[in-house]
Amino acid sequence: MSVKKKLKTSAMIASIAAEGQPTTAAPFGHALVEAAQGNERIVGMTADLGKYTDLHVFAQQFPDRYYQMGMAEQLLMSAGAGMAREGFVPFVTTYSVFASRRAYDFICMAIAEERLNVKIVSALPGLTTGYGPSHQATEDIAIFRGMPNLTIIDPCDALDIEQATPAIADFDGPVYMRLLRGKVPRVLDRFDDYQFEIGKAKRLMSGGDALIIASGLMTMRAIEAADELAKQGVKVSVLHCPTIKPLDNATIIEEVRRHAGKPVFVAENHTVVGGLGEAVAGVLIREQVMANFHQIGLPDEFLDAGALPTLHDRYGISTREVVRKVEGVLAA
Amino acid sequence: MEASSVGVEQNDIEQLRQHAYRIRRNALLMGEVQGQGYVGQALGVSDVLAVAYFRHLNFKPSDPEWEGRDRFLLSIGHYAIALYAALVEAGIVDEQEIDNYGSDDSILPMSGMAAYTPGMEITGGSLGHGLGIGVGMALGLKRKQSASRIYNLLSDGELNEGATWEAAASAAHWKLDNLVAIVDVNDQQADDKSSTVLNYEPIADKWQAFGWETWRVDGNNLEALVEAFDAAVNSTSDKPRVVICNTLMGCGVPFLEERDKTHFIRVDENEWSLALQQLDEVYGVTGQEQKA
Repeated sequence: MSVKKKLKTSAMIASIAAEGQPTTAAPFGHALVEAAQGNERIVGMTADLGKYTDLHVFAQQFPDRYYQMGMAEQLLMSAGAGMAREGFVPFVTTYSVFASRRAYDFICMAIAEERLNVKIVSALPGLTTGYGPSHQATEDIAIFRGMPNLTIIDPCDALDIEQATPAIADFDGPVYMRLLRGKVPRVLDRFDDYQFEIGKAKRLMSGGDALIIASGLMTMRAIEAADELAKQGVKVSVLHCPTIKPLDNATIIEEVRRHAGKPVFVAENHTVVGGLGEAVAGVLIREQVMANFHQIGLPDEFLDAGALPTLHDRYGISTREVVRKVEGVLAA
Repeated sequence: MEASSVGVEQNDIEQLRQHAYRIRRNALLMGEVQGQGYVGQALGVSDVLAVAYFRHLNFKPSDPEWEGRDRFLLSIGHYAIALYAALVEAGIVDEQEIDNYGSDDSILPMSGMAAYTPGMEITGGSLGHGLGIGVGMALGLKRKQSASRIYNLLSDGELNEGATWEAAASAAHWKLDNLVAIVDVNDQQADDKSSTVLNYEPIADKWQAFGWETWRVDGNNLEALVEAFDAAVNSTSDKPRVVICNTLMGCGVPFLEERDKTHFIRVDENEWSLALQQLDEVYGVTGQEQKA
């Protein structure tokens, strides 16, 4: 992470992949095509962001099952609800900011209240664009966690997306999935027995010195940080928690108990308010499990525009900063 | 009411008139149960519902989810009392449910919700949702090559909501000739007259500009409603259709027609029986005929 070439600012299409990291192009689009080949009820709908949510891959394969709804997110969600009412499984795509901020009431009342089978897949979750607050969905999980009936998925990498897409297609009920799009890193392939399951947290690495519970791209950072720390002899466990709601309380409690007396970090690509960190804290307090608890996440602020590597360092979610945070707590 | 000059059988109009009477009566009976309710709107829109349900909608009373049915979407959840009255008249909701209106565990809650009531297709109440849902359902019906239609009842106040116009643009874009919007214009919304809160005119021009086939009629004139609905449903154009219905709140009960109009029209405890009596007088119904 020390390599700093000329960094482009405001990178709307910036990849979160590090240089040389293996990637897969548009894993969601290809996974959806595969799922749709076996399920004629799947349709794709977007609000003028088909190309930017990898739904264009589906559109090319199934032009007659693709609905361009225009730049109208309230309509997108309502029409998705209507499609689901008629028995279809619409995958509706936009950016996370627009799904959560602009279309909330329509997701809540037209989709979630009636438990309709709409799959909301949204790009640019958390801090994955340098465009500034208009496009940085730093609070989308906080917004959606309070919505009854809604399942929230935050996949880590291309493999996770490839497995989560058919899983949510088969799942009966509304789902919000945060999407990594474009050239998406592959990091979970090395864990041979990993399999995405809705509602399940999975232990990826085992170590006795600290536990990192993470979701989304922060699981990738946690793995990279654990690799770095291992070189110094610090052994860190990583629990990947791609389903934010319903949370896998049992596994979280079990893992925290296994690390009794050791620091527990919850790492998320999201504000520290109302996301995975506070969700985990709530579980632990309700179950009276005491933990040496720390959050790694974005500050409760509107964030700067700029280049992603710069911003990830600045706001503490780069691998370097995760390593530094764990070291600091262990040294204290 | 005068005979139609457009080829509609007088007999048809008389039957619709009887349906409209019983829809009004059902609504008043529900209002009486709670001592309140949106009866002003219900009385105003009863003729529209009579024409929709008893001239055009395909439905099976014993199977409200029959795949071949036409779907009637009530965006305006507070009009639930009006739709319940029509659903009772249509035989989809049991008449005995009237006595439970708005009570605990009733299948007829004050605001219309899909999970509670047979024949209530969507959960309304958060205004501006219905037409967008209708667009999705109309697209879905076309995917299934279904001949069913979507009807969506909106209000003039609901035209304040931007989402309604997103949906209006989309329906024309997708050539949703299986979608019929009905706008109830009673010029009354929560705070004041709709025209004062946010002027909606020229409504017909707006819908036309959005690419809809548009009719505007007196929504308390059955002949005019039949003519407009027949034309809207039978049109061979590829456009979505809208019938804009000017209605009078409280229509059919003279003392309510004349009362100061508010969103939530006042009916005192001793006035429910008077309202029912006046309704009977207007329709020339004697006590023994009421249950016909």
